[in-house]
Amino acid sequence: MTESLLLPLAQTGVFELLAPTPPGWGGNLLRGFINSMGIGMGAFALGLLIGTGGAYGKLYGGAVLRDLLKVYTTLIRAVPELVLVLLIFFAVPDVINRTLDTLGYRPIDVSGLVAGIAALGLVQGAYATEVLRGAILAVPQGQIEAGRAFGMTPTMLMRRITLPAMLPFAIPGLANLWLVATKNTALLAVVGFNELTLETRQAAGATKAYFTFFMAAGVLYLLLTLISNIFIGRVEHWARRGLPPIAESR
Amino acid sequence: MKILSKMTIAGALLGTWTLVAQAEQVKVGISAEPYPPFSSLDASGKWVGWEIELIGAICSEAKLECIINPVSWDGIIPSLTSKKIDVIMSSMSITKERKKTIGFSDKYYSDSSYVVAGPKGLAMDPTSEGLKGKILGVQVSTNGQIYASKHFGNSLAEIKTYQTQDEANQDLVAGRIDAVLASPITIGQFLNTEQGKACCRKKGTVANDPEIMAPGVGAGLRKGDTELREKINAAIKGIRAKGKYDKITKKYFDFDIYGG
Amino acid sequence: MTYSTTTSANSRPVARLEAHRIVLIAIGIALAATAAALMRWDWLPNYYALAIEGLWRTVLILIVTCAIGFALAVPLGMAQVTGPIWLSLPAKAFCTVIRGTPLLLQLWLLYYGLGALFPHYPWIRESNLWPLFRQAWPYAILALSLSCAGYEGEVMRGAFAGVPLGQLEAARAFGMSRWKVFRRVWLPQAIHKALPTLAGETVLQLKSMPLVATITVVDLYAVALRVRQDTYVIYEPLLLLAVAYMTLTGVLVWIFNHLEARIPVRVG
Repeated sequence: MTESLLLPLAQTGVFELLAPTPPGWGGNLLRGFINSMGIGMGAFALGLLIGTGGAYGKLYGGAVLRDLLKVYTTLIRAVPELVLVLLIFFAVPDVINRTLDTLGYRPIDVSGLVAGIAALGLVQGAYATEVLRGAILAVPQGQIEAGRAFGMTPTMLMRRITLPAMLPFAIPGLANLWLVATKNTALLAVVGFNELTLETRQAAGATKAYFTFFMAAGVLYLLLTLISNIFIGRVEHWARRGLPPIAESR
Repeated sequence: MKILSKMTIAGALLGTWTLVAQAEQVKVGISAEPYPPFSSLDASGKWVGWEIELIGAICSEAKLECIINPVSWDGIIPSLTSKKIDVIMSSMSITKERKKTIGFSDKYYSDSSYVVAGPKGLAMDPTSEGLKGKILGVQVSTNGQIYASKHFGNSLAEIKTYQTQDEANQDLVAGRIDAVLASPITIGQFLNTEQGKACCRKKGTVANDPEIMAPGVGAGLRKGDTELREKINAAIKGIRAKGKYDKITKKYFDFDIYGG
Repeated sequence: MTYSTTTSANSRPVARLEAHRIVLIAIGIALAATAAALMRWDWLPNYYALAIEGLWRTVLILIVTCAIGFALAVPLGMAQVTGPIWLSLPAKAFCTVIRGTPLLLQLWLLYYGLGALFPHYPWIRESNLWPLFRQAWPYAILALSLSCAGYEGEVMRGAFAGVPLGQLEAARAFGMSRWKVFRRVWLPQAIHKALPTLAGETVLQLKSMPLVATITVVDLYAVALRVRQDTYVIYEPLLLLAVAYMTLTGVLVWIFNHLEARIPVRVG
């Protein structure tokens, strides 16, 4: 029975299929993995940037800005990522090129990488805004007031007090966002961007070894998550230095 | 000495500039999903196939610098209209419906009739009666889909649409659908594989419908992009006259796919 | 001065129709009106019936997979908190694998991966369950349920661990059986604690619903895709789809808020 179960796998030769050099498709998977990582990191960074601005805007901005940010975070978080990715992936190059066209410039090539980062980054930004806003609110207000009383400028206050003090509160949420970012890159397969999931599908389609390749890609994603978790643990430990340890069961 | 080197650099820059200016950059959109033997990704990550070689031949004939840009099949027309790509060369049939949105070059091959393939043990006719109660798989946004829903829509149990013909074939092999409908070249390619030989057979060609059957496959262009269209048309004529077309075709097919 | 700036952010009155809000709403209505007037909506009547069917299917899949997912999440969470190692370890591994890989990949692995194995085992096709296995929706239900179980299992683990030990000891001291302690004290308290997080997970589940369209299940998203493929209208069906999902999310959040409000909170 086990022999017959393993037969289809053995027939195709798992290791030959996954070899990193041409007769094997391992190289393609790795290239897709690197593309996924690039998009994930870019989107996460863009999300952090939007999130920091958004959080400050929501806390200290004027009434109009706050309402606009509220609309942004609510809308983005209520619509499926796939739909947003499709909308942004087509709309961003379209809008850019139409603007350039009306201004009399030649259309530029918005690569799939840039459009992908823009699409996922805008989604990440909405979540990051909420995470960072919560983290800033969790900083004891007395610390910020004390900073002001010392005559710190707003930038210095942010650099010296708010950012380091909010970090321990922000890291769990941000870590979760990073993991979401890496997994969301798979959605770009649907718009034809060559990230890990699409490369996997192409390899599987060419060799008919669907099971082998999807499993291999799953292992790659899982490794990324597990390695990230170790790294996140270290960062959290570093950010929480000097704070009392959290009890194991909440 | 310094001045001289500066001048040579300037000269070299000017030289490359004119070189770039000579060859115009054109982004050729192809479907990111494999469509053998026309275009598919090989293990080293390169696009290969009849259509890929043809794109190369057309571009060098028209003196265009072409960059191949894979886009998902169902987003390929939006990509063209939003200027992500400049031309579609991805086995796209020239149809009335598509002509409402985009323009086409002359045809560069014909693949216009449709055949039905099914499991080898199961008898079936490629007619409305013969497909009664069956589940038919077609590739999405193709004439095959339009044909199937027009002629077999009432008698079939279900028409399942797939992003790629390969997925439809896969589900036919898995037994999830009873038949697939596609062009003879695509079906022939699939039935020639080991997997296809083991499971399925051609069941016949469907009745002709000039309303739907396309005059052939052409390069899709933005409406009003006449300059590029003329260049591509001239290049298609050129490579056919010079025998480049036949040379590429012989590598993949044992018959003339240009058609009458 | 400093005092007023730091607190104004939190103590501003909410839900008041201020002047700028009226302007913003007016701009919003104007945008919607322009979209309605300038964009192409002539395809709408042709796809109306299909869209309603797709919507119904989306909602149905959501309800079924959430129910199955939650039913699996309770034992998964429990196993990780009090189970013996041979139960807690697999439960933890399951949650890690599900949470560590993209749902799209899980879906394709189940649909195309298993599909590729069928031809090797002819007896599957001869079995009575074949009419079920050959369709796409069982794979969608399976993948989404497992995904839901993985994420909610992790939530329930935290919730079970968060119920104070004293409560359980008190219940035991009253002479309750273990099963009764679980049913009357542990589970209700854990669910109550986890409800806001579960609401969030359900919204995430709703938002991953469009992925099923990639394995030929015709949900709401698949209908929007079909409109795009048939008519080459790009943005309009996607925008309408976005509005539909926003409405669904709104309804879901409202239901969960209602549920939360119904659970009495006693402050001792």
